[in-house]
Amino acid sequence: MKLFRDLLRDYRFALGFWALCLLLFFAALSFGSPYDPTVWGEVPRDQRPSAEYWLGTDSNGQDIFWLATFAVRNSLIIALIAGVVSRIVAVVVGMVAGYRGHTTDRALMFFSDSLLVIPLFLVIVMLAMLIRSSLNLVTLGLLLAFFGWAWDARLIRSQILSLREREFTQTSILSGANTLGLVFNEYMPYITPLVFSTLINNMAWAIGLEITLAILGLLDLSIPTLGTMLYWAINYQAILLGRWWWLMTPITISLLLFVALYWLSVSISVYLDPRTRVQRIGAG
Amino acid sequence: MFVRRYLIPRLIQYVLVILLGITAVFFIPRLLPNDPVLRTVAELRARGSTLEPGAVDKIIADLTEMYGLEGSMGEQYWAFWGRLLRGDLGVSFFQFPTPVLRLITTALPWTLGLLLTTTILAWGIGNLVGGFAGYYSNRRWSHLLDTVAMVLRPIPYYIFAFALLLLFAYVVRWFPVSGGATLGRQPSFSWAFIQDMLWHSFLPAFSIFILGAAVWFQTMKLVVQNVNGESFVFYAKLSGVQESKIVSRYVIRNALLPQITGLGLSLGLIFSGALITEIVFSYPGLGTLLYNAIITGDYNLIMGITVFSIVAITTAVLIVDLLYPFFDPRIRYM
Repeated sequence: MKLFRDLLRDYRFALGFWALCLLLFFAALSFGSPYDPTVWGEVPRDQRPSAEYWLGTDSNGQDIFWLATFAVRNSLIIALIAGVVSRIVAVVVGMVAGYRGHTTDRALMFFSDSLLVIPLFLVIVMLAMLIRSSLNLVTLGLLLAFFGWAWDARLIRSQILSLREREFTQTSILSGANTLGLVFNEYMPYITPLVFSTLINNMAWAIGLEITLAILGLLDLSIPTLGTMLYWAINYQAILLGRWWWLMTPITISLLLFVALYWLSVSISVYLDPRTRVQRIGAG
Repeated sequence: MFVRRYLIPRLIQYVLVILLGITAVFFIPRLLPNDPVLRTVAELRARGSTLEPGAVDKIIADLTEMYGLEGSMGEQYWAFWGRLLRGDLGVSFFQFPTPVLRLITTALPWTLGLLLTTTILAWGIGNLVGGFAGYYSNRRWSHLLDTVAMVLRPIPYYIFAFALLLLFAYVVRWFPVSGGATLGRQPSFSWAFIQDMLWHSFLPAFSIFILGAAVWFQTMKLVVQNVNGESFVFYAKLSGVQESKIVSRYVIRNALLPQITGLGLSLGLIFSGALITEIVFSYPGLGTLLYNAIITGDYNLIMGITVFSIVAITTAVLIVDLLYPFFDPRIRYM
């Protein structure tokens, strides 16, 4: 709790935190929605924002306000699955590579370096295209998780490398702790803060890719997400037809979400270790 | 020494990464439980073309040959490399029978022009401004720029592109909504064409430039603030070296080193971001080509663009890495 209060003193953390709370509340509203987000034509099409339809309606005949509540919820679910699963992979790979060293280390790091160098986006697009029919919230989250761990595994590995040289490692080995116990009980507390700050970055990355894939039309377009909302707006030429309210909602929400997540992560990184923030910000 | 200790391992890694990447591109579709041939036929049907039963068999046979799906997995794999090394990426299915390679080389100059200009400008200007802002980090303009960068930094390319498009092509109408040049105009080296092209590519270039510059500005500012604390800067100040000389010769030059590594690492990200920007602005480069390929299900073309990008990006990263010793006199790879 003290940690949290310390963090809230940073205006960036406070702004990011409250913005995220606002979005979570907005997403929670979806449970009380009067409309089914997968059904089209429940309301008149292309209405401007009014007292009845707060943010207007779109060309599919959906209420944009209530649709957006579902979109935020689904986008956050995808991001959370991608973030949590890729954190687990990153921690395991980073720890094994850092602790075992030698050939294991070189093989794992070669693999993660390859993931960093290859234009991943295109590989993901190709994959998504092939499994388009079975892409739902969970499979998309897992797909993104599979590609999202490489950089963070590297960060964790370098932490382990330095921890391995500390005295307490020698002490616990000499007193007979097994490797697994040592790595998970003794090293985990040092890694945990890093895991959280990279989780936020990774979630932002996952939301960005979700939107990208949706704009390309590669997701199940009947599931409302921030990306599919943009897809339909582009598909119906909302810009050319002057339906600004249709584009404005998903763009404003994603701007708020990206800025909030970024500010949270910057503020946490600075709090953890002011000197290493260069590397983390550079990680993109 | 340089060759044996550094160049050769780095080149081996380069070749291995390309091998691994292209192998992945080859195997991933084949390990998935669906058949691109049957899928293409199904999509042809879904698009409303009526096909005779005999014609379907013929198309299936043609597609199997075209996708290189004859024989065992091992045979396919060798045949695939054989064709690749001869520069044969197959033919595009929906612009039949144009070779994929020709489609890519037609789109490439557009993407390359856009990317090279914006990346170099963003890197140069971002680092320069970031360097000065880091050195004079207590001035008000430095704080102001920092805040602007904090807001711009996390915005994805396409969201920013949409905002620019709404503002400058829809609300104010200073720039065209889409395209790389006025429709129907033949590419040439005349002044009129170049002018037209620049006018059309201004918005996409601007959106990539601004976001890129924000990233380099931020990292540079932080690095410079760290270098500022080094004793050689303190010593230079004590010895009365001109301040402008300290900033440009000592501080910025030292802080540039991690930025060069960063440039290499981020090339992949910049590339994928630029592809999406092209789609938003219907700019006639690789991104739009990819978009059309996805819409039409042109499997060969997507594969070709992916293979091509893997080679291009890894090569660009290699070049940046190999140039590194020229910037850092301390590294001689001895």
